[in-house]
Amino acid sequence: MASAQTPVPPLHMRRDRFDPPAEMAGFRERPGLAQVTTPLGRPAWLVTRYEDAREVLGDATRFSSAGLPVVPVPGATPEEQRSGNLLMLDPPEHTRLRRLLTGEFTVKRIRRLQPRIAEIVDAHLDAMAQAGPPADLVPDFALPVPSLVICELLGVPYSDRAEFHGRAAKQLDLTRPMEERGKVAMESRAYMGDLVDRALAEPGHDMLGMLVREHGDDLTRTELVGVASLLLIAGHETTANMLAIGTLALLRNPEQAAMVRDDPAVTAPAVEELMRYLSVVHSGVPRVATTTTEVAGQAVAPGDVLVVSLPAADRDRALVEDPDRLDVGRAASHHVAFGHGVHHCLGAPLARMEMATAFPALLRRFPTLAPAIPFDDVDFRSASLVHGLRSLPITW
Amino acid sequence: MKIKADRDVCIGAGNCVLAAENVFDQDDDAIVVILEESPEGKDADAARNAVGSCPSGALSIEE
Repeated sequence: MASAQTPVPPLHMRRDRFDPPAEMAGFRERPGLAQVTTPLGRPAWLVTRYEDAREVLGDATRFSSAGLPVVPVPGATPEEQRSGNLLMLDPPEHTRLRRLLTGEFTVKRIRRLQPRIAEIVDAHLDAMAQAGPPADLVPDFALPVPSLVICELLGVPYSDRAEFHGRAAKQLDLTRPMEERGKVAMESRAYMGDLVDRALAEPGHDMLGMLVREHGDDLTRTELVGVASLLLIAGHETTANMLAIGTLALLRNPEQAAMVRDDPAVTAPAVEELMRYLSVVHSGVPRVATTTTEVAGQAVAPGDVLVVSLPAADRDRALVEDPDRLDVGRAASHHVAFGHGVHHCLGAPLARMEMATAFPALLRRFPTLAPAIPFDDVDFRSASLVHGLRSLPITW
Repeated sequence: MKIKADRDVCIGAGNCVLAAENVFDQDDDAIVVILEESPEGKDADAARNAVGSCPSGALSIEE
């Protein structure tokens, strides 16, 4: 039962295992835009078609990320909550902050990281092999691999992982009261504030140290805290969930798992197709209209909120044929699972490299890998801003 | 075919480098650099794919 204590996410934030809720297809077929209610109780236009999603996300002038309401948190001003959070900023502030970071995520830089990523992946596979089956893919592989990578990259002590994993999961959990999620977000900022102060006193060779050394004059402390908090949560939650649910999707399609295991040429397209098919950032990307405009023939007024469903857009026939089928051999790289427009995922090259390293390595190490529980019993965590699995018992 | 890139619009996502490595590169700040303005054959197809996958709209093609 829904109550004030345990909110039930609205339809557009729900999921049916791998799929968007069945109603999404209906919304996509009907002309115009559907109306939904956000968890803050505001009406919003729901954008479900691929071309409409690209139009809205691709135009930061007509559709703003700043000015969206934030959950009131005692002791924190909305400005403080937004500061440094790239997702809540528009150009030119967004451009200024993002450009300080993009150099860390070039394709070249990430390729140089690949040997270390492979080492981390192999170490976790070794530990699983030594302990023997069964294992739980989430705590044994999917969560620790990207966590250790982002910790090393950013300069966050890996020994703090239980703490920041717990906070991240709460922040993203839509069944928790908004006030609690806002409070936990500020706790995350306080934790990062301590790390930032340490970096300010003694900048290390990690990304926090780089930001302090090279851009200390361009960034306020609150901005630095906001940026680093976002990178930590975005750096582990998204990839961790893709690794877990992506592995399950492959295991449900054994012939496709075999392709990823046996043919290195399949790796890159398979990562894109898994991203498209699963679109784990699924809660709806919010924008607020800045002007009188039109989307899909629907009149939109200044101040109207639009919510873009990435999973619905990525299951549109306008993007690929037979969109509800997983097909790791196809070219699906124009998906919007990483978003679109100026807010397109900053860490996409890193996420792609982690997935391209982890999926084949896991399937090669354990060629007989299989879920250790019936599919009906799998614990999907759809009521989270990032879709995925709480746990995946596996055997081999 | 002539490829154009607006470096002020580019957000450094790197999609173009992954799609067409012979045609696009990134500078140290991740902003797009064109390696081959008029690609041919396979590189031309890859470049078209790159333009389609650019999230910022920084890339365009003059046929």
